Amino acid sequence: MLAEHGKLAVDAHALDADADTYRAGMTSHASVNVMLALEDAFDVEFPERMLNKRTFASVSAIRAAVAELTSGAA
Amino acid sequence: MTGRSASDLVRKAAKVADEVAGPAADDVDRQARFPREAVDALRGEGLLSALVPAELGGGDDDLQAVSEAVTALARHCASTAMVFAMHQIQVACMARHRGHQLLDDYMAEISAEQRLLASATTEINIGGDVRSSSCAVERDGERFTLAKTATVISYGEYADAVLTTARRDPEAPPSDQVLVLCRADEVTLEPISGWDTLGFRGTCSLGFKLTAAGDVGCILPDSFGDISAQTMLPVSHILWASVWLGLAQEAEARARKFVQKEARKNPSHPPPSALRLAELTAVLQQMTQLVRAASRQFDEQADDREALASIGFAISMNALKVAAADLVVDVVNRAIVICGMAGYREDSPFSLGRILRDAHGAQVMINNDRINANNAQMLLVHRGSE
Repeated sequence: MLAEHGKLAVDAHALDADADTYRAGMTSHASVNVMLALEDAFDVEFPERMLNKRTFASVSAIRAAVAELTSGAA
Repeated sequence: MTGRSASDLVRKAAKVADEVAGPAADDVDRQARFPREAVDALRGEGLLSALVPAELGGGDDDLQAVSEAVTALARHCASTAMVFAMHQIQVACMARHRGHQLLDDYMAEISAEQRLLASATTEINIGGDVRSSSCAVERDGERFTLAKTATVISYGEYADAVLTTARRDPEAPPSDQVLVLCRADEVTLEPISGWDTLGFRGTCSLGFKLTAAGDVGCILPDSFGDISAQTMLPVSHILWASVWLGLAQEAEARARKFVQKEARKNPSHPPPSALRLAELTAVLQQMTQLVRAASRQFDEQADDREALASIGFAISMNALKVAAADLVVDVVNRAIVICGMAGYREDSPFSLGRILRDAHGAQVMINNDRINANNAQMLLVHRGSE
């Protein structure tokens, strides 16, 4: 999803889980697109408190956010 | 605020506006020349360090005071007000994103020597998207070099330093940017375009090929993404809107004087234009409260970086820009109808020509369409305040 919507300068699949996505070229526009795609795929809605740079700062941060949302929905 | 009272800053700005900027405004506009006498007068009053922290010799003023000072200047010379506003935006970035002694030293220099800061955020082939750079900082030990072809550097030839955006290093993607203080003594500017525009002619916003070098300590430590979200974007929108508010206030003042003059001719019958003035007043009041509320909100949240970085805050600042840019044109158009030929003429005390030309800059300087497109994107995930 990051590879499709993140518009990174590098291959998202090759990105280290803790690497900084913003240093890898993600823009705030792209992070919105990634988020919309995640919301659709996991049928979740990111709450206001998660709408910040940190939530999308790395692959592991995104994974943690989605895990939190899906466990809350279950 | 610890430096001086807000009214002190506003009073001094109003004095410069009335005594120096106003009398020179027509010539500045006609010649499209830098308002040197007005900027020197602002220096003389020590106003260029209004946003520098008190410990570095500055005025430590808040944004509400600076906003009012900008508005006071704009009533007499919009170009002077815009130069002052753009300078303060750059100082705000330095004052709120500290972290290196050299940058603090330069802020002390702004206080002591009243240095004027310009900005190079736009770049050829990228245009107005300030969150993207093609040029990059090249480091060599403790020194850096930087070359940027900037489509606009307002009053670049008259500035003592230029804050320039660039990619963090030659390998960084376009969005991974830093902001660099480039001092004039290590900057060369080669003009690549002129500045012959309808309004804001005195800002001398030419394009330049900029080449700079300096100490790596002049690179602001925070990422430009953070500086932009927390400071440059909101402060820019608020202070630009403050310029436009001054234009609208001056248009209203001229319309009001005109209506009163008409009323005196026939005291028993109020002129038809009085009703139009009443309508104009309602629009001006919206604009005034919009700008005041935004600067107050910024001051209240100035130290809450999380709140300033939120999507809701960014949307509201963008909405402020778009709304104020539309409102100023609305107010000035109404004033022209009220003043009639006296407003249309260039040689009457009610002339609105320069104000009208300046007002139309509002919608196109960072085009409203671009700002609305950004808001449209953010609104796709915005949760509102519920």
